[in-house]
Amino acid sequence: MTTSPPLTATAIAVAGLTKSYGDQRVLDGVDLTVRSGSIHALLGSNGAGKTTVVRILSTLLKADGGTATVAGHDVATQPAEVRAAISLTGQFAAVDDILTGRENLVLIAKLRHVDDPRGVADQLLTRFDLVDAADRRAATYSGGMRRRLDIAMSLIGDPSVLFLDEPTTGLDPQARLEVWRTIAELAAGGTTVLLTTQYLDEAEHLADRIAILHGGRIIADGTFADLQALLPPTEVEYVEKKPTLEDVFLALVRHEQ
Amino acid sequence: MTTTAHLSDTTTLLGRSLRHISRSPDTIITTAITPIAMLLLFVYVLGGSISVGQESYVNYLLPGILLITIASGISYTAFRLFTDVSTGLFERLQSMPITRSAVLWGHVLTSLVANAVSLVLVVLVGLLMGFRSGAGVVAWLGVVGLLALFTLALTWLAVIPGLTATSIDGVSGFSYPLIFLPFVSSAFVPTDGMPTAVGWFAEHQPVTSIVNTLRNLLAEQPVGDDGWIALAWCVGLLLVAYALAMRTYRRRIS
Ligand SMILES: Nc1ncnc2c1ncn2[C@@H]1O[C@H](COP(=O)(O)OP(=O)(O)OP(=O)(O)O)[C@@H](O)[C@H]1O
Ligand SMILES: [Mg+2]
Repeated sequence: MTTSPPLTATAIAVAGLTKSYGDQRVLDGVDLTVRSGSIHALLGSNGAGKTTVVRILSTLLKADGGTATVAGHDVATQPAEVRAAISLTGQFAAVDDILTGRENLVLIAKLRHVDDPRGVADQLLTRFDLVDAADRRAATYSGGMRRRLDIAMSLIGDPSVLFLDEPTTGLDPQARLEVWRTIAELAAGGTTVLLTTQYLDEAEHLADRIAILHGGRIIADGTFADLQALLPPTEVEYVEKKPTLEDVFLALVRHEQ
Repeated sequence: MTTTAHLSDTTTLLGRSLRHISRSPDTIITTAITPIAMLLLFVYVLGGSISVGQESYVNYLLPGILLITIASGISYTAFRLFTDVSTGLFERLQSMPITRSAVLWGHVLTSLVANAVSLVLVVLVGLLMGFRSGAGVVAWLGVVGLLALFTLALTWLAVIPGLTATSIDGVSGFSYPLIFLPFVSSAFVPTDGMPTAVGWFAEHQPVTSIVNTLRNLLAEQPVGDDGWIALAWCVGLLLVAYALAMRTYRRRIS
């Protein structure tokens, strides 16, 4: 059976996704649509279930119910096809500490069967400003360097959909801006990015659309302007200037409770 | 997934963890040091009062010491796997379009190589202490094959704590019983001198038949039934360990 993915502008389609751990219902019917080539932010407090969503979409975890397709493939029934289309940068930088930065990149390039693993590694080292540290073990890298290496590893093989789970947590402002710039470039080049974050300003600056995950559901989804318009009228009077995403987030989350 | 892709992914991951070993050769030394210490202790301190018949005690003892070497060496497989899981590298690899079990095979084959190096070290020390064998090529092949099977069986067993342990102590703890199993076997002293119950256990646990087989192969003696029993134990353990490890693995990744 060889069905090519439907020619659609939808990169990720999630409907009614549920997941429980024991009695705890972490996802309670998540619906989400991500357009191809866009940056979609998934915003939520600690424990909201962001990582759980990402792990389900990247075939690492089975959902209890609902459906999810990534790049036209069902994550539950066509996981191999999904894995061929995606790349995951998890919440904590997953690099091999004993290998050097260059060896980490070559390892992934070989596993992705790209034509010139060393060449690809060299390009990424330059692009992520890791040339000087290329032949040092990753264990000696700073947090920011690890994260850059981690993201660089995710770009090998030109995945069409990239999952970034809190890509800038723990980075200094400078490194954060660099990661933002990289993500924006990727999206400009046609890569779809689903990124989770707890930083409201990150979602506000970087994302084309923002989905707020709360109480196991997406309680709001739209552009920043859409979300601003959602601010409940009772809240508007407390907000003097144009509402920030923080105002909207807090108002919506409070409203739900 | 094609077989060539599986082979190439496994080779890539094998290369990676062999690099780990070459960068921490202390893991090989640590594996070999305890068995070597036991060899010295038993041969030079206790050996004088242990009677094993005609053979020199070092010839008698070495096979059991080799099994102890393997039992302590495989805990590094659990350790390396645990490190991959806890750093998230395991999940990264599982989310990639590779043959997923290649991640395990890379570690398992690495274990074969690392244990082979440790075993060579122990045998070299044995030679210095007077171990001699006139065994021919076929007998040595038998020795190597049996040791490799035993290593594979224990390595697949080590995969289980590697995948499931929640702390580093849990990872290393599991191998202690394996290291002590040879003490209640014919590895150090003949089983006839043991109390009835202990002797019965010693006679029927896998280490005794494996040790006896190795000893007879090295001494150019017929291996008899022990050979088949040892082979059956190794293959049986291997199949059970592999099945359990794969089941644990499938639970881990779904
Ligand atoms: N393996 C697990 N077993 C039990 N509970 C789990 C497991 N994984 C996650 N949870 C629970 O599910 C909930 C959602 O976790 P998740 O990691 O998806 O949240 P998150 O939004 O990514 O949080 P954070 O911002 O802290 O990363 C949490 O309450 C967490 O404790
Ligand atoms: Mg998370």
